[in-house]
Amino acid sequence: MTLQADRVSWRRGGTLVVDGVSVQPVPGSTVALLGPNGSGKSSLLRLLQGAARPDSGTVTLDGADLSGMRRREIARAVATVTQHAETDADIIVREVVRLGRTPHRSLLGGDTAQDERAIDRALEHVGLTEKARHRWHTLSGGERQRAHIARALAQEPRELLLDEPTNHLDIRHQLELLALVAELPVTAIIALHDLNLAAMFCDVVLVLQQGRVVAGGRPEEVLTPSLIADVYGVRAHVARDHVSGRISVAFQPGTPSGATSRGVVSSLPGVRLPG
Amino acid sequence: MLGPAAVAALALSVGVAVTLGPADVSLVNVRDILLNHVRLTDIPVRASEDAIVWEERLPRALVAAACGAGLGLCGAILQSLLRNPLADPFVLGVSSGASTGAVLIGVLGLGGGALGMSGGAFVGALAAFGVVLLLARFSGGGTSSVVLAGVASSQFFAAVTSLVVFGFADADETRGVMFWLLGSLEGMRWDDVALLAAVVSAGGVICLASARSLDAFAFGEDVAASLGIHVARTRVLLLVLTALLTATLVSVAGAIGFVGLVLPHAARLLFGHRHARVIPATAVLGAVFMVWVDAASRVVFAPTPLPVGVGTALVGVPVFAMLLVRRRGHA
Repeated sequence: MTLQADRVSWRRGGTLVVDGVSVQPVPGSTVALLGPNGSGKSSLLRLLQGAARPDSGTVTLDGADLSGMRRREIARAVATVTQHAETDADIIVREVVRLGRTPHRSLLGGDTAQDERAIDRALEHVGLTEKARHRWHTLSGGERQRAHIARALAQEPRELLLDEPTNHLDIRHQLELLALVAELPVTAIIALHDLNLAAMFCDVVLVLQQGRVVAGGRPEEVLTPSLIADVYGVRAHVARDHVSGRISVAFQPGTPSGATSRGVVSSLPGVRLPG
Repeated sequence: MLGPAAVAALALSVGVAVTLGPADVSLVNVRDILLNHVRLTDIPVRASEDAIVWEERLPRALVAAACGAGLGLCGAILQSLLRNPLADPFVLGVSSGASTGAVLIGVLGLGGGALGMSGGAFVGALAAFGVVLLLARFSGGGTSSVVLAGVASSQFFAAVTSLVVFGFADADETRGVMFWLLGSLEGMRWDDVALLAAVVSAGGVICLASARSLDAFAFGEDVAASLGIHVARTRVLLLVLTALLTATLVSVAGAIGFVGLVLPHAARLLFGHRHARVIPATAVLGAVFMVWVDAASRVVFAPTPLPVGVGTALVGVPVFAMLLVRRRGHA
């Protein structure tokens, strides 16, 4: 039992942004949410973290409906890293990570030894121990994202939700960040734009189009040229590495021609595959 | 360690400020007068000194301290909550709303004398704050839209105030209006002290209890929500608190600028970013600052008193500039 969505729908300003989506990740696995801009990835993540309530369907944490839980309770199990969360505050890295302890604290209680240990561990996990006393504004983009992940880890969550965490990062930092997330002892659900990153690091990909899941499964099964043509409207060549079994996607100029496979793999009730 | 030092600094500031003025009173006399009143001792002091200290200067210094602490708290809360370093009650138009309210009552006689100018200022401040928040909300609710809405409504209320003053006020009334625009601590009494002490300490306790939540707002509302903060509830609670606090302060002492804007920054520069420290530090710095500025504005051009808002900016800006430059050396 983990964080699960069961046929959730969400209408936002008159548009159905999430339409009957189910997500049931295997504990400890890494799941990519794919799909073009506006396909509902971020909205789905908002539902999963309890920041918004679905109009129909339920999000459950260990079987309990998220909408009936206290925010603090949710935050002790589910951590979120958004894209590009910035601050004007003149704050050091360790204090940023310390924010992750917020849901574990009492109203007026001070920091406990347990808080300090969690912060130390989180910093070490993302390799920022040496920069713990550096100011936020002196960090590079990649370091800031890692600090956010450390902040999320200090929450000691079982579920980690990431919304395009690799935006604005150079390629090396993109690879490092996702390698880090994939190895974390948490269930991670990541909204991604880059199909190759999803294929490299995720156990399962879930492809969204106009709020609906149109495909789900292992990357090498789901990411076919016809699906990519259908969902993104681009031509792609998919190559398989025979050693690793992983695939890589190469895009080609021009629009895809001929009939598409629209609807072939749509309306999956849920995706449950081993990690 | 810092706590007792802060209290001592504040007590000393009030004590010394009370000795200053046209009639010289020594610090020892001030102590004796206080002891007489508080512990009901009977140390011989001159009746004129007793009256000056107990009826005039001490309540005034304590009101100054409460105003400084309260305005500092409001600024610290608004800056964190709205994530805008320029947010403060003055910039957000609350103070000009208060002066409009006072003018409508005092000059036009709205409300038939039921409210009084203080009551008018209170209502005006709340109304202006409401207008700003609604305007900001309907314009998209971003952090910069709050300040834009504040600047706009501030101009609007200032214009209404001027209109009423030019159209309807005589010379005496005009001078009375200046009080609301620049702030003044003339003629403060013990019931003013009691009111402000109660309101500011209640506000301070709520702010301190919200320190963690305010920390979590550093990276915006989404991050705060993901950390388990009830964002909407926290926002409403603290914004209402700020509105009530500001309205009370302005209705007693007029619109005093600068303190709410700059003192929180000074507190952060000196004591770091955690609100568990920023909030008490801002309150104490604000209180000490206002006590000294008010003492100076009483004394420097005596017997003509300087509006206290003039002093806050004249003294505060150079101090703040120094802090800013010093920080640059550390970064």
